[in-house]
Amino acid sequence: MSTDTKPDIAIDRSVGDFSYDVNYEYDAGTGLSDKTIDYIADVKNDPEWIREFRHEAYRKFLEKPMPTNWASKDLDNIIFNNIRYYLSQGTQPKRSWDDVPDEMKQTFERLGIPEQERKFLAGVEAQFDSEAAYSNIKAAVGEQGVIFVGSTEGLHKHPEIFRKWFGKVIPTGDNKFSALNSAVFSGGSFIYVPPGVKVKHPLQAYFRINAESFGQFERTLIIADEGSEVMYMEGCTAPKFETSTLHSAVVELVAMKGAKIQYVTVQNWSPNVFNLVTKRGLAHEEAEIKWIDCNIGSRLTMKYPGVVMKGRKARGEVISIALASDGQHQDTGAKMIHAADETTSNIVSKSISVGTGRATYRGLVHVPKHLKGCKNNTECDALLINSHSRTDTYPSITVRGQGNSCQHEASVSQISEEQIFYMQQRGISEGAAMSLAVNGFVNDLVQQFPMEYSVELKRLIDLEMEGSVG
Amino acid sequence: MSLEIKDLHANIGDREILKGLNLTIPKGEVHAIMGKNGSGKSTLAKVMAGHPSYEVTGGDVLLDGSSLFGLEPDQRARAGLFLAFQYPMEIPGVTIANFIRAALQARLPEGEELEAVEYYKNLYAQMDALKMPRTFTSRSVNDGFSGGEKKRCEVLQLAMLKPAYAVLDETDSGLDIDALKIVAEGVNTLRSPDTGFLVITHYQRLLNYIVPDVVHVMVDGRIVRSGGKDLALKLEAEGYDWIEKELLATA
Repeated sequence: MSTDTKPDIAIDRSVGDFSYDVNYEYDAGTGLSDKTIDYIADVKNDPEWIREFRHEAYRKFLEKPMPTNWASKDLDNIIFNNIRYYLSQGTQPKRSWDDVPDEMKQTFERLGIPEQERKFLAGVEAQFDSEAAYSNIKAAVGEQGVIFVGSTEGLHKHPEIFRKWFGKVIPTGDNKFSALNSAVFSGGSFIYVPPGVKVKHPLQAYFRINAESFGQFERTLIIADEGSEVMYMEGCTAPKFETSTLHSAVVELVAMKGAKIQYVTVQNWSPNVFNLVTKRGLAHEEAEIKWIDCNIGSRLTMKYPGVVMKGRKARGEVISIALASDGQHQDTGAKMIHAADETTSNIVSKSISVGTGRATYRGLVHVPKHLKGCKNNTECDALLINSHSRTDTYPSITVRGQGNSCQHEASVSQISEEQIFYMQQRGISEGAAMSLAVNGFVNDLVQQFPMEYSVELKRLIDLEMEGSVG
Repeated sequence: MSLEIKDLHANIGDREILKGLNLTIPKGEVHAIMGKNGSGKSTLAKVMAGHPSYEVTGGDVLLDGSSLFGLEPDQRARAGLFLAFQYPMEIPGVTIANFIRAALQARLPEGEELEAVEYYKNLYAQMDALKMPRTFTSRSVNDGFSGGEKKRCEVLQLAMLKPAYAVLDETDSGLDIDALKIVAEGVNTLRSPDTGFLVITHYQRLLNYIVPDVVHVMVDGRIVRSGGKDLALKLEAEGYDWIEKELLATA
């Protein structure tokens, strides 16, 4: 909190704004075609079924129109033929930081990843453009039978688990960008937690885009077997380029009976990144899936983490914070699909729009008629900082049947001149007062993030609020 | 050393509210301003603190000889001016502990961190004195507070920030007699040769508990009478009519 009043934090805004010249050993070139897909499949030594999966997905991608009938027209500014779809220095991540190529190692050291790993993580995967440069799990966690590897390694070494769930939670044709990801995916994590194993410390992935005009398409699949528990955290940064960058991930979670998965995201892409991500979890009986999602960066984010509650008494939760600054559009929300009796879901979304920033909430809650005892709670609150900031809410709630209930609350508020004056009268500068009020607005949600992340979040909010006043 | 208000004129919109107000509060003294609703008492408090809705059209306010005008509200606060608000604002999600801490941190030189242990020790001591339960520290500033709690919270901030001059704007409004006593006691313990107080009130009642050195009467944007505590008692007994009549007679 004490940092709220200090103006000396302007350095961190550009913490990820640097890049290195890397001689990529593997480069699929610019543009997308069946040839690009074959190149990726060759480099990655894909089994035949994955190669076919990719080509099929590419066809679906071409068939599907841009969703500009309901989403931002800014999507039309993505020129798919100007993007590079695969860049790497090999597909084998290193198990020791000492073996990671210098420019990549320097990148992650500047971002503090090895230090975080030592301090509080059970395992780390660090992806640099298309492939993980580093991947390691602490020995004690590995000995419990926990698998934490990249998607390629998961596919090759654990095909029996991988193939059973891959593409099952999010079908390829779910949307245009899930199809694109399915065609060119590379990187991301594969995690399996055996029955009853509770992973004490979080597993973390860090996604770094280094190259210009690049598209990053990681694919993550997490399976928590019966009664197990795991927390996964992801962070990301990219340098700020003049050209646009595309990040389009697909993340599938599977929580078996009584399992718990928490998935934490702090998204801080540079403001030239289109961040179009599909995330969904499948919760079996009495399982719990919780998405804790924070979007601060990017040019346009479209992301609606979802939970399909397939087993009785399954629970789904989305905690979402979005901060839309000048020129940004955070189009976020949640999807809760109730597919069994006595399932409960909770959505809490808070957005902050600053300057010309725009925050959009889209929520889908679906409870079909034949179910009993289902509950949903949705709260979405928006805070507008300037008069030209914008917020929109598009809730879509279908709750049918007897004995199912749903509660929806929404609010829009502004920080008043009187509040700022009150804080200033206590000696707090206008900018710091604004930061304090914004941090206050999201405080109850920030506390749900792991400590290390909540500190980082507060700092990011302070940075964004600097210079937003006046 | 004093807080000196010199021939102060201020408008809200096109309407002149303060019409040449003069007042000097030496350090170590407690002055009270009494006046009817609409006489400009609260405007005076806000103009001194730098509220953006008011326009100063003439005069000056000097804090120990230096003008406050031209300074931002937060700079005035750090220079030593404190305003206890008549209607304290709610700041949802910001705890009292963090709020006061941010205010104290703002007073430290750059690069210096507030010592947390010492801070909490001090905070708890002041809260005990004001009979505020410890759980208060984790409540959001004024959010869902009763009138009495809000005023106590103002006095807590006053006690923690230790300003050179404190303006209390209708601190008695909305308080029952028990809360009034606690708040008054809190202010009385802060009376010292290092602090000057300006107590703005509508009723004489508060002045039974915070006994002023000087009482001023404000009518239509000016101080028209000054005297001892007797003046407050006379206003309580006879109302303001006699002053207005006297003013008309001399006009």
